[in-house]
Amino acid sequence: MRLAIEHATTYRFSGPIRQGQQRLRLTPVSSAGQSVIAWDIACEGAQIEVGYDDEYTNRVTLVGLTPGTPAVTIRAHGVVETRDESGVTGRHAGYLPLWHFSRDTALTARGTKVAALVGGLENGAARDPLATLHTLTERVRAAVVYAQGHTDVATTAEAALTAGRGVCQDQAHVFIAGARALGIPARYVSGYMLIDGREQQDAGHGWAEGFVDGLGWIGFDVANAICPDDRYVRVACGRDYRDAAPVKSMTYVLPAPTGSAPVGDTLVTTLVVQRLTPA
Amino acid sequence: MTETAYDEMLAPDGTVRPAYDGYRQWLDAQPPGLLKRKGIEAEAFFRRTGITFNVYGAADAEERLIPFDPVPRIITASQWRKLSRGIEQRVRALNAFLHDLYHRQEIVRAGRLPARLLQGNLAYLPQMAGFTPPGGVYTHIVGIDLVRTGEDDFMVLEDNARTPSGVSYMLENRETMMAMFPELFTRVRVREVSDYPRRLARSLAACAPAAFTGDKPTVAVLTPGIYNSAYFEHAFLADQMGAELVEGSDLKVQGGRVAMRTTQGWQPVDVIYRRVDDDYLDPLSFNADSVLGVAGIMDVYRAGGITIANAPGTGISDDKAIYSFMPEIVEFYTGEKPILPNVPTWRCSEADALAYVLDNLADLVVKEVHGSGGYGMLIGPTSSKKEIAAFSAKLRADPANYIAQPTLSLSTVPIFTRAGLAPRHVDLRPFVLVSPQGIDITPGGLTRVALKKGSLVVNSSQGGGTKDSWVLDD
Repeated sequence: MRLAIEHATTYRFSGPIRQGQQRLRLTPVSSAGQSVIAWDIACEGAQIEVGYDDEYTNRVTLVGLTPGTPAVTIRAHGVVETRDESGVTGRHAGYLPLWHFSRDTALTARGTKVAALVGGLENGAARDPLATLHTLTERVRAAVVYAQGHTDVATTAEAALTAGRGVCQDQAHVFIAGARALGIPARYVSGYMLIDGREQQDAGHGWAEGFVDGLGWIGFDVANAICPDDRYVRVACGRDYRDAAPVKSMTYVLPAPTGSAPVGDTLVTTLVVQRLTPA
Repeated sequence: MTETAYDEMLAPDGTVRPAYDGYRQWLDAQPPGLLKRKGIEAEAFFRRTGITFNVYGAADAEERLIPFDPVPRIITASQWRKLSRGIEQRVRALNAFLHDLYHRQEIVRAGRLPARLLQGNLAYLPQMAGFTPPGGVYTHIVGIDLVRTGEDDFMVLEDNARTPSGVSYMLENRETMMAMFPELFTRVRVREVSDYPRRLARSLAACAPAAFTGDKPTVAVLTPGIYNSAYFEHAFLADQMGAELVEGSDLKVQGGRVAMRTTQGWQPVDVIYRRVDDDYLDPLSFNADSVLGVAGIMDVYRAGGITIANAPGTGISDDKAIYSFMPEIVEFYTGEKPILPNVPTWRCSEADALAYVLDNLADLVVKEVHGSGGYGMLIGPTSSKKEIAAFSAKLRADPANYIAQPTLSLSTVPIFTRAGLAPRHVDLRPFVLVSPQGIDITPGGLTRVALKKGSLVVNSSQGGGTKDSWVLDD
């Protein structure tokens, strides 16, 4: 399937920028399930400083914000040809050993809620990890019901389980924590997804991958209760959202003139994922 | 311990050992009272030149003078040749090891190093995985701490690959000695150390990144600032190298490089000799609250725009549990037997070793695996029963956090006391520079001396002093 993606993020700052950087993980790379036909990142209010591959072999772009700018817009866009690989991303690559994906992070730290979630799955995890990960998907989906507005980017897996509600990112973190609790390496994936009948989306998508001997990394999208197919485009991965975050910022704003009303930073995202039909 | 220690100046029969021949002949010809007078002069000299350091946790002594003893520590040319070979071998192995840890981890795959030593180890930085620093150099500056127990028995006590400090004392000690006893240096031929800053500048420049174009790489020293215990050294080295001394606020990412503020505007930096810890280096990669580093420096680094010395993540090789595997590590990467042995080490993570250590705490030195500076350790023979019992509880609670070593009978060198010369225990930290052009070891290094009679703790933060360290010229 050929997908056209247009993803724009606009940050408005509380005042003119004195200095700032944004680390972008907004460039998909070709892999088992996808070939990148064309891709580009364009900026307003910022310039590209460097590009490189990170420790997870994600393509990273560092942009520097233009001093004095009140806003920055990052536009990532391109065309990706996808194939349905039944969620299988393939063998483990890169230089970080698998154990790295078995260790807790701040967002995926395991507590009593995670332990309760995976209770009874231990034997299955050893015998048939693939089936267990499917069962885990169902459990997470029931334990953290998809709902917006109850969590944010700093919500941990345990906190999402306590809230019982969350977005795709929370569900992925709970899945990852659960898989690791069962001794299965797991990681977070950020990317895009074609949604039938809805070209305009509010945000990018996030899901999880678990590692199964013999098959390699396999995707599990808890929010949609499926393994990713040719509607999905992988962009970046890591131990949790923080490693794979599309945008990470460090900004220093000039002080606002005295007497002016205080304003916070605002963020507007527009995302269009379309299927291109052969002409 | 003291009665059996190897005295580096005097043989058991009271004769002077060859290394100290020239020095003793000179000393014996001096008028009485000279060393005493010179000792007072030395202290005044130190106060004037401003070598001080801060002791963490000592509120009453924010800046303290490291005591300097005017009797040199002397090593013969042939002893030094052997030591140099051992140090070079070890440093070669350390760099190969670090490259491997951040790439295929062949040593783990081969079953020679347990993966658990890396798992959960905060000094192992995933951000370095799959990246090779410019020139393949991880440890641009290394300090190898050596102890001696006999004529030919030198052992490595610690590797300092993260940020070895103390080189400014090596330089100032020599300068002080030459100012106090100029004629002594005409009598005894001692190898020079004063060109260390020039060698450091040259070695760092030889590690310039791919983005460097031009005639001469720009080197800057990044300091956390004046409140850091080693600020004096940062300023001193920058000055001696002719490099800029900068803080995080003087740097920013610009034009795909890291640029520093100068009187001529922002100028790109090619090599940064940083004395800021990994965790504070880049708020986008590590501690997000850090204002000591530069946002985006890790991006520029991975893109080939700057050299960071030492490379982030080298601290993993300072870990004392990893240290205990250094003989295997040296053999794995060099294919040779280690020339310099380790001090025998028990890993408390292993049940048998832990049992032995708990039974023998009164005779052992126990250290935290991530510790340094003499903090958080137990010296069994000089500890009370109560202290041993308290430490034993800590050890049982988290055995993997500790290693233990025998209480070594460190060699002694005389210091000058009111009652005349008296032996005190010493160690030696040679400073090693690494670049693609080779490994450069400054002859000698920093001799630290425990000033208290019988004490084995040489750390400056624990009341140790320093001595000028001589390597004799052939």
